Amino acid sequence: MIGNTLRWELNAFTGFIERQKNLYRRYWAWEAVWLLYNLVSVLSIGYLASGLSTIGLESGQASLQQAQLYLLVGALLWTYLSMVFFEIAFAITWERWEGTIEYTFMAPIRRVTHLLGMCAASLIYGIARAALIGLALVFLFKLDLSHANYWAALAIFAAATLPLLGLGIFTSILPLLSPEKGEQMAFAVQGVLLLISGVYYPITVLPGPLHLAGILSPLTYTLDGVRQSLLHGLSLTGALPDVAILLVMGVILVPASVWCFGRAEVRAKRLGLLKRSG
Amino acid sequence: MAIRVSELNTPAVEIDGISKRFGQPGRVRRLMPWRTVKPPKLALDQVCLHVDTGRITGILGANGSGKSTLIRILATLLTPDAGTASVFGYDVVTQAAEVRRHINRVSVEASFFKEMSPWENMLYAARLYGGGGEGTRARVEAMLERLGLPLDTLDKPMKQLSRGQQQKVAIARSFLTSPSLLLMDEPTTGLDPRSKREVQDLVRSIRRDRAATVLLCTHDLQEAEVLCDRVVVIDHGRVLAEGTPAELIRIHAGPDGRSLEDAFMRLTGKRLEEDEEEKEE
Repeated sequence: MIGNTLRWELNAFTGFIERQKNLYRRYWAWEAVWLLYNLVSVLSIGYLASGLSTIGLESGQASLQQAQLYLLVGALLWTYLSMVFFEIAFAITWERWEGTIEYTFMAPIRRVTHLLGMCAASLIYGIARAALIGLALVFLFKLDLSHANYWAALAIFAAATLPLLGLGIFTSILPLLSPEKGEQMAFAVQGVLLLISGVYYPITVLPGPLHLAGILSPLTYTLDGVRQSLLHGLSLTGALPDVAILLVMGVILVPASVWCFGRAEVRAKRLGLLKRSG
Repeated sequence: MAIRVSELNTPAVEIDGISKRFGQPGRVRRLMPWRTVKPPKLALDQVCLHVDTGRITGILGANGSGKSTLIRILATLLTPDAGTASVFGYDVVTQAAEVRRHINRVSVEASFFKEMSPWENMLYAARLYGGGGEGTRARVEAMLERLGLPLDTLDKPMKQLSRGQQQKVAIARSFLTSPSLLLMDEPTTGLDPRSKREVQDLVRSIRRDRAATVLLCTHDLQEAEVLCDRVVVIDHGRVLAEGTPAELIRIHAGPDGRSLEDAFMRLTGKRLEEDEEEKEE
């Protein structure tokens, strides 16, 4: 019985990944445009760092390379994190656009399967796109990664997955609560995360309340930990505190976000919001 | 999902005193007093309904009469404010997961990922209903062939298909999951006469071959007359009458009336077409 249920849910889980793959393939022109946009954004940050010396802000060559690496790691990671976040957060909005929301919500599957299926598809997609941009960076910039500890970076990157999914699921609730304004609110959340998580600067430069918010953001630990690993060769042992914090955040955020999603679904059913026009 | 033997003796649908009102002005006004709110609308008013297993039951009503609200409650997409509803004995609110295993729905607007092909959309649907393995493609092809849809449309984006073709794919998608209860909300709207007849034949065959129950919301009185075993007339959220088409005509069509349309007009005091512009809540 449990085996059958698990098989049923796994089949549906696969269905979401398969569906997203088909959608990415069918919307290939849009995907190419977004990839180009992301690439250009990251390159702009890279060239901004290259140009720092010419505008008199930095003189030492070694420091300049460090600054460039600092910003490029931030830009690349943000591209990945925001992409995954966006894909999960817009899972509901997307279905409303397409008009399929009712069919997905009346399917005989657990909501957690639906959400994790979307998360898995988003992660695969985010990693693939970020890898392409990363390759372009390696070709275009002389990056000094001689001190990098890739294992530590990978451990932090992997641990960051859970809280990232939690944040994405939390944000995907917004279009369920407000079909008209939820989408814009999701963009606002993404903007706040960019501001407080130390993507392009250490969070110590932020004023008090924003600094505090930055400490609570899992993305802060992801960015800081990966940077420390790639720029300063942070050891695997040294990365453990960040990994632990991220895992704890993930263990709290994922179940909490799924539970909140369930409550939001109950509300949407009461108010009649589970339909294409909202 | 096939119904169990024990469920054959259970009514497919049992609705007891369901009410649904949209809009909560008190709550909204309290939280945001500056907002203008629409007046609340009573979509269903203490509706009671009993649908036997293996029958085609038609729900006749004008736009805004509450048909779609009723269907959405049975589809577990909407919770009633009062009353209870069950599908094969499972409560639509407290046992929604069980209900979902038994139902599928065809709505008036074909709802698909429009860039994806019919095959990709149907494979996705099959996966959500425990299918999608070997033989699915063959089943889909057989289904579409039966509905008169050219097989070369199977891999084209949905957006390239005509409205009628999209609706046929929607119907095939619902049949693919072998529902015990099929909720059809104006499924033949927008189809040409030939396609309409093909769909009607398929509805009959699904009832005959699979002992499935069909709840059919329709504007088409002729369709209701030829297809439905029983018909329920609904207006302003209330059930006005129910019975076989012959019974409704005999009792409600009046001395000169001979059709279901006559019965409907006398019951509601209007033609179905009169309030086409009213929107379903």
